[in-house]
Amino acid sequence: MSAPVTQHEPAVRIVKRDSIPTWKAWCIRLLAVVLALLLSGLFIFAVTHLNPVAVYQGMFEGAFGSERNTWVTIRDAMMLLCVGVGLAPAFKMRFWNIGAEGQILVGGILTAGLMIHLGYTFSTPILLCIMALASIAAGALWGLIPAIFKARWGTNETLFTLMMNYVAIQLTSYCVALWENPAGSNTVGIINMQTRAGWFPKILGQDCMLNVILVMTLTVGMFLYLKYTKQGYEIAVVGESANTARYAGIKLSRVYIRTMAISGAICGLAGFISVAGAGHTISVDTAGGRGFTAIIVAWLAKFNTFVMILIAFLLAFLEKGAIEIASQFNLNNDASNIITGIILFCIIGSEFFINYKLVFHRRKEAAGK
Amino acid sequence: MSMTQFVSLFQAAIVFGTVILYGAMGEILTEKSGNLNLGVPGIMYLGGIAGLAASFFYELNNPAPNPAVCLLLSFLAAFAAAALGGLLFSFLTITLRANQNVTGLAITIFGGGVANFFGGSLNTLAGGVGQISVAATSAVYRAKIPGLSSLAIGDFPLGNLLFGYGFMAYLAIAVAIVLWYFLTRTRAGLNLRSVGENPATADAAGINVTRYQYLATCIGAGISGLGGLYYTMDYIKGTWGNDGTIESLGWLALALVIFSVWRPLNTIWGSYLFGALTWLYFYIPNLTRKDMELFKMLPYLVTIAVLILISTRKKRENQPPAHLGLSYFREER
Amino acid sequence: MRGVTKTFGSVIANDRIDLDIRQGEILSLLGENGSGKTTLMNMLSGIYFPDSGEITVRGQPVTIRSPKDAFDLGIGMIHQHFKLVDVLTASENIVLGLKEKGRLNLREVSARVREICGKYGFSIDPDKKIYDMSVSEKQTVEIVKVLYRGADILILDEPTAVLTPQETDRLFDVLRNMRKDGKSIVIITHKLHEVMAISDRVAVLRKGVFVGEVSTSETDPQKLTDMMVGHAVTLNINRPLVEPRPLRLEVKDLTVLTPEGVRALDQVSFQAFGGEILGVAGISGSGQKELLEAIAGLQTAQPGSHVIYHPPTPDEAIAGAHVPVAPDGEELLGKNPRQIHRIGVSMAFVPEDRLGMGLVGSMGMADNMMLKTYRSGRGPLLNRKPPRALAEKVKQELDVLTPSINTPVRRLSGGNVQKVLVGREIAQEPSVLMTAYAVRGLDINTSYTIYNLLTEEKKKGVAVIFVGEDLDVLLELCDRILVLCAGHVNGIVDGRTATKEEVGLMMTNLRKEAAGV
Repeated sequence: MSAPVTQHEPAVRIVKRDSIPTWKAWCIRLLAVVLALLLSGLFIFAVTHLNPVAVYQGMFEGAFGSERNTWVTIRDAMMLLCVGVGLAPAFKMRFWNIGAEGQILVGGILTAGLMIHLGYTFSTPILLCIMALASIAAGALWGLIPAIFKARWGTNETLFTLMMNYVAIQLTSYCVALWENPAGSNTVGIINMQTRAGWFPKILGQDCMLNVILVMTLTVGMFLYLKYTKQGYEIAVVGESANTARYAGIKLSRVYIRTMAISGAICGLAGFISVAGAGHTISVDTAGGRGFTAIIVAWLAKFNTFVMILIAFLLAFLEKGAIEIASQFNLNNDASNIITGIILFCIIGSEFFINYKLVFHRRKEAAGK
Repeated sequence: MSMTQFVSLFQAAIVFGTVILYGAMGEILTEKSGNLNLGVPGIMYLGGIAGLAASFFYELNNPAPNPAVCLLLSFLAAFAAAALGGLLFSFLTITLRANQNVTGLAITIFGGGVANFFGGSLNTLAGGVGQISVAATSAVYRAKIPGLSSLAIGDFPLGNLLFGYGFMAYLAIAVAIVLWYFLTRTRAGLNLRSVGENPATADAAGINVTRYQYLATCIGAGISGLGGLYYTMDYIKGTWGNDGTIESLGWLALALVIFSVWRPLNTIWGSYLFGALTWLYFYIPNLTRKDMELFKMLPYLVTIAVLILISTRKKRENQPPAHLGLSYFREER
Repeated sequence: MRGVTKTFGSVIANDRIDLDIRQGEILSLLGENGSGKTTLMNMLSGIYFPDSGEITVRGQPVTIRSPKDAFDLGIGMIHQHFKLVDVLTASENIVLGLKEKGRLNLREVSARVREICGKYGFSIDPDKKIYDMSVSEKQTVEIVKVLYRGADILILDEPTAVLTPQETDRLFDVLRNMRKDGKSIVIITHKLHEVMAISDRVAVLRKGVFVGEVSTSETDPQKLTDMMVGHAVTLNINRPLVEPRPLRLEVKDLTVLTPEGVRALDQVSFQAFGGEILGVAGISGSGQKELLEAIAGLQTAQPGSHVIYHPPTPDEAIAGAHVPVAPDGEELLGKNPRQIHRIGVSMAFVPEDRLGMGLVGSMGMADNMMLKTYRSGRGPLLNRKPPRALAEKVKQELDVLTPSINTPVRRLSGGNVQKVLVGREIAQEPSVLMTAYAVRGLDINTSYTIYNLLTEEKKKGVAVIFVGEDLDVLLELCDRILVLCAGHVNGIVDGRTATKEEVGLMMTNLRKEAAGV
């Protein structure tokens, strides 16, 4: 019989932290962003030999350099935020709603359809209400379907919602073909260009002030919903432990279905805002991957909707900034995705150092001889 | 449907299917270790661009490129770049215990960014979209077996049907069979499956869970990356299009993993079926473009149906690996 | 094993234990729950590493740092919780992780498995999937797995806890065959009749200390019980007699099945009265959890079972605040947990991991206080005032050590978590209060706080059901003690007159008299 191999305890041990002061956690996150900017700077320099500082300056100007740019950045951040807010309750419940992309699109489809067909029937305020309600219903339905199957049969929601995205994308393509304008362009074009029927009205002279108002209302509302309502409390309990929820007499299936309806509804509303308040058209790019990016936003913010504002702005800034430097320095737009990726990796990785600490210790002598 | 149409649909299905076949096989290997990598599209992007870039620069600097070098260079570059993407995913999710869904999506964003950035740059270097020329490399990938591919029985172009593809179409089938053999017939495959099902048990049995997860995820990503390579080299004939096709193919590959209920042999016919479903509209007469779009929904609808079916039937063999999407670490005592 | 000691935090699980295991014998390791049997054996099988002491195998001092080390030394342990992969076959599980030469040939493996089975008298289909197997088949797979790896020292942790009597007999036959083959076998158990039936020698542990070892032929159950439970310790728990004691809960023929279809509770009948503490004694896993959960509405009972609740009369102190029910008794089975809770039946179950189901770890005390009551009040909003006030009250009265009532309870120490849990249930002013393992892992002072709380409730006229582990406590705290054994009521005794030996024997199934209610 061979003698056992003597193993030493590893020199580094990973220990879960009990708690970490909030300021320290934010320092770690800040460090991660700084590290990411350094890495991105290196990348930019390696590829273009441009001065990264100048590039970052260019990005800043692109995002906030002019009033127009600033508003575009705000508009995009609001969109991302809106979807993130929609995802927050689902994720807090540990329900992996990867289907925001599809939920946005079905909301957008209905909005566009109503805008086209009822543009001459109703006045804009009424039309806006109808469109909003319709998009909410559509998004809720899109979120409900996987939730019902999850509640009834435990169908894997990550994969189900993912597939629902592509059904919605094809549905969008179908509608684009249906409403094609002008014929043969394979786009819907700007809807109601002349009449502006169903467009968000200007408020305080700003095109997308209504977007801001709507999304900020939702953000505050969701924060309150999760923190101060009975339903929000149920979501938190279910997310923590299905067993405890059972013990407390909470019906899991009902919470799943209700929460996903809310989550889908807000994502659907995001589709409405995107069509009626920003693009005034519908295409498969209406969601533009925000359904996926928002997942990261919601997750990184730990479902705190106010933190989401920060992250949404960071990502919107990166995107706008990168587009600006792309034209300025003759790079292409996709550089923004690289930088976004690097920043996301750093922030995702930094969570480890918030949740765990590394304990270094000297190797112990074999004690049991 | 006429004979010519059938042949052409058949071929389209196989070529299309091969792309997602690679993606799905790599993801099956990854998921068998319990890692759900939603970064498949990004990984395929990485494979595609790396392979293209490698051969582009090689051909740019060598007026008379050696076909073997072309092949080797692009193949290795694609595999390595994709595996690096897998390594990044592994490091974040296994070592740093980050959430797998979030990390996977970030990989998709990042991979797409890298690929389209460099793809765009290559296009610029080459003088415009569609101007990239890796003729020599693409020719290697698209080479058919001379005699066999022109065989015909009467009017029926059997040779073309069976042998009319580049070597990677056949390699994919071989990989699927090897993967099946590995997972079901080898010790390492058995150990890997146990890691994805019940890492605590695997750990107790003396299996190095972390090593298995790292290896499966990186090699799996490498295989997925070959899908991107096949797409750029064979499917679109050695060029780069910034149209996001690879991304949608990547998601389709994820769908195929579910459709095949995590079995490599099922992915072979599954991928061709997906290919056929995707292109079917092209061969049905009198379809408007709207209807075509609805047709393209089919693979996803079928996948949803399969997903629902396996969850309602509850047959144990058909479930996803039990520990899929969760990170494992030994609890501290 | 010489002078082996293991501590967890401040708790000494094993204190300088010497133990010999001889070749070709079956050794029983006997002791009550928490006496350190499993911990001791875990050090042999590489799960834990001893703080001090030495282990010698075949004359060689060895270091066992991992299960693999143990396997290399020929030591294999079959744990209570099987470590098997459900979707794999028996053979596949058996070869899992082995680094044998050559390619995997499952047919060969199956043949060898059959060979091992034949040799010792098991019956098992090597190609059957684990999820299709019964508990006893799974156990067989675990044993074969250990034998396949060439173990000649086998440790079985409570192997019969999950088996039917017939299956137990079969297992014992197998173990005897192994002994004949020269293997050494250690059975961890607390069932005396099994000890007498199977083992050659018995080693007894009590509260982490080695009490002694005897040959089975030279002892009898009574002597073993004395060794196992020790002398009664006086705890001086205040136990007033409360009058009157109205009937509150009537359990009739309660039968509950485990998911595997085994009877966790079999025709359990008893009555609980207001103004008394009814203790529930029993080896862990005898059906305590199922009993409480069935009453609380968390488990489905079999048809024919009844749990009748008799509400307090309006003039009783505890009559307020609850949903009124029929005065001549109302069936609780079939109601959902929330309804039962609102009727006034509270349960404070402290699971092994403490946070598992009673509390939400990421929430503070305040938010945890409203886990069952958050729905009260009109409108969609939470009313945090009452739970906050309650949290402050519990914090003060029970001396909960927490930075604030908003600190996640996950960060509190075990004792404080339990206080929060019990405090919350008491605060509901229940008329029936059930607690399980309320003092598990607590220090003496905190334990007394909990005892006093329960006694206070009793004085108010509440029917308290106290599931406990420590016989000394049960004997001094409870008015009556119900003894559960393998899902049966083995008797109900008067807490004031019963002796520790008597209850101990009933727990281990030796005396079967249906003492009157």
